[in-house]
Amino acid sequence: MNPILEVKHIHKQYANHTALSDVSLAIEPQKIFGLLGPNGAGKTSLIRIINQITGPDQGEVFFNGEKLAPRHVEMIGYLPEERGLYKKMSVGEQVMYLAQLKGLKKNDAKAKLKEWFRKFEIESWWDKKIEELSKGMQQKVQFIVTVLHEPKLLILDEPFSGFDPINAQLIKKEILELREKGATIIFSTHNMGSVEELCDNIALINKSQKLLDGSVKEIRKQYSSSIYTITFRGNLMGFTNAVWAAAEFLEKKSEDHVHTVTLKLLRQNKPNDLLQAVLNSGEILSFHEVIPSMNDIFISVVEQKQAANTQSSFTE
Amino acid sequence: MNKLFLIIQREYFSRVRKRSFLLMTILGPLLMAGVFIVPVWLALRDKTDHQILVLDHSGLFINQLPNSKTIKFTYGAESLQSAKAKLKDGPFDLIMEINGDPINGEKTTPLLYYKKQPGMSTEQYITNAMENILFDYRLQGDSIDVSKIDKARRPVEMLTIKVTENGKDEKTNTGTNMIVGFVCAFIIYFMIFLYGSQVMRGVIEEKTNRIVEVIFSSVKPFQLMLGKIIGIALVGLTQFILWIVLTITIQTVTMNVLFKDQIADTAKQNAQVEKVMKNDLSAGMDKMQKVKSPNEVIELINEFQNINITKLLLCFGFYFLFGYLLYAALFAGIGSAVDSEADTQQFILPVTVPLIASFVIAQTVATDPDSSMAQFFSIFPLTSPIVMMVRLPFDVPAWELLLSMVSLIIGFLFFTWLAGRIYRTGILLYGKKASWREIGKWLFYKP
Repeated sequence: MNPILEVKHIHKQYANHTALSDVSLAIEPQKIFGLLGPNGAGKTSLIRIINQITGPDQGEVFFNGEKLAPRHVEMIGYLPEERGLYKKMSVGEQVMYLAQLKGLKKNDAKAKLKEWFRKFEIESWWDKKIEELSKGMQQKVQFIVTVLHEPKLLILDEPFSGFDPINAQLIKKEILELREKGATIIFSTHNMGSVEELCDNIALINKSQKLLDGSVKEIRKQYSSSIYTITFRGNLMGFTNAVWAAAEFLEKKSEDHVHTVTLKLLRQNKPNDLLQAVLNSGEILSFHEVIPSMNDIFISVVEQKQAANTQSSFTE
Repeated sequence: MNKLFLIIQREYFSRVRKRSFLLMTILGPLLMAGVFIVPVWLALRDKTDHQILVLDHSGLFINQLPNSKTIKFTYGAESLQSAKAKLKDGPFDLIMEINGDPINGEKTTPLLYYKKQPGMSTEQYITNAMENILFDYRLQGDSIDVSKIDKARRPVEMLTIKVTENGKDEKTNTGTNMIVGFVCAFIIYFMIFLYGSQVMRGVIEEKTNRIVEVIFSSVKPFQLMLGKIIGIALVGLTQFILWIVLTITIQTVTMNVLFKDQIADTAKQNAQVEKVMKNDLSAGMDKMQKVKSPNEVIELINEFQNINITKLLLCFGFYFLFGYLLYAALFAGIGSAVDSEADTQQFILPVTVPLIASFVIAQTVATDPDSSMAQFFSIFPLTSPIVMMVRLPFDVPAWELLLSMVSLIIGFLFFTWLAGRIYRTGILLYGKKASWREIGKWLFYKP
């Protein structure tokens, strides 16, 4: 499938620092794409370029196969990290204004807004001023503003920050629904744990460079570390003796003859081999693979990279 | 284009519907009408009465000081002590003690005792009266006929008459010209500050609110800046038109109610002047002497009509609009470079200096409207909106006016372009106080 958004060899330089250096990405349609990286990595710079708020120094962006142009702004919805609305303006006027700026006709905008307000059960807010609303309420309004014009591409910067768990759940549900309807979503966040279960594909960015990208499943597989946690009741000594050659013990916890052990399988050993060994030592209560989180992967990739850099600087 | 219109609309209506706008619209004309009416009222108002007890030890002034409508002299011979007691219980509110021997040429310094200080005009009246008496006394002492001196001393009043292109005579008054020019210049100055700072505050609000990022994902930064400037310009224009309408209404009503008689008088006197002008001037001069100075303030108001109102209004509109647009762009640029209003100080100064300077320059321009300094500053775009308005009532050559207007338009385009470049970079940079150096760099950034 053709990517809805293609970023090719983008460079962006500010006075004294490089925001992006040679970043390329391809984002598949109807997928949720996670743009992950610590603060200051260059995520917002990239998003601003996609939104045509700023332009790249070098490189090109393609939207739906066409070179990015002003008319594309109406097909993109953007929720910036720093949320903000006119404080003194009424909710209704404000959303109408922002919707019309996105190219919606007055009547269409009104009809769609009424629908969303009903959906979120906030119809009574229409005439309220923004400053009368709580932070969470303002976020809801802002989310509606972002998605109202039914963008093909939705860019959400730190989407769940500022929402309470219930509203975060509501927003998650809406985002998934939008994807079902055909939208492509980019999540940008430094809090990788908050979005990784939602993302189909991700890219990791650090210090203006893309470290890796691909589907979440494949990346996990690539970085899986064959670590398992097993909980059983029985003889710890017997278990240890049975597996000592096949695995490296990482953590042990015992309470009332119930033992929880985290270990890493060595060499060609398979999980089944491990289970075989435990079967003779007691009753298995649980067994699962410890899947590396995006956070873990990120840290290990950064470490690898740093190690490689120091290596190369030594050899120079 | 459609989006620009949306922005203008929002900027306009969000301000016009504010309560403070309504308040300013009502208060403005009251203040302006006050500026015109209060002096007239004060001039016509009956002054406070003074009863003055004169203790004249020289004897020269006894029964000589002329009473006026409000100042009455009584003469006494008692001691100062007992007179002072009368000051407490009335009926006198002032006691004047005259010492010295003016009859023999000694200088006299009268002492005026009061419970409540009398105004300057009262003091002036008394000293004038005394000087006249002394003057007459001394002349008589030298056997000079006072009436001959009176005859010899004839006042001259000048009437300046402009011969227009088509050979018609037009009465002008330098004083009125100056006032009209200054009023126009002051309004422009005031409006640039008032609405320019509104633009700046609007930009800072959008920046600190962080709503710019949402808006910039829909429109270009320049569109937002321009929309804001135009929107606020329309607010200013609306307010200004309302002010004029309300001021004229208030003024017409009060003039007709409060000063009906005086206006009729002045009109009659003016008609007389007109008649004089139609006659041969040299013959007319003699008659004009007989036209007593009418109530000056009311005459002043009538004289506004003698200035070319259409031209003045058109120029006023032009300099008001483009002067505002130029400065508003600069104010927008400043707003984008800071994080809060408190940080604006260092950047605002260079923008306000030419504004304030032009007001100072305007004062010298009014005394010599054709000097080369006046020419330069009425063409230089940062000062021309104010300086030219002061010069305008004194008839500026057409080519200078045209040059001034063209350079103002070019200046406007240049500074808006400059401010636009600062704006698009500055408004997206948070949490960092920009320096002049950095702002300079922004000008050359790729967007």
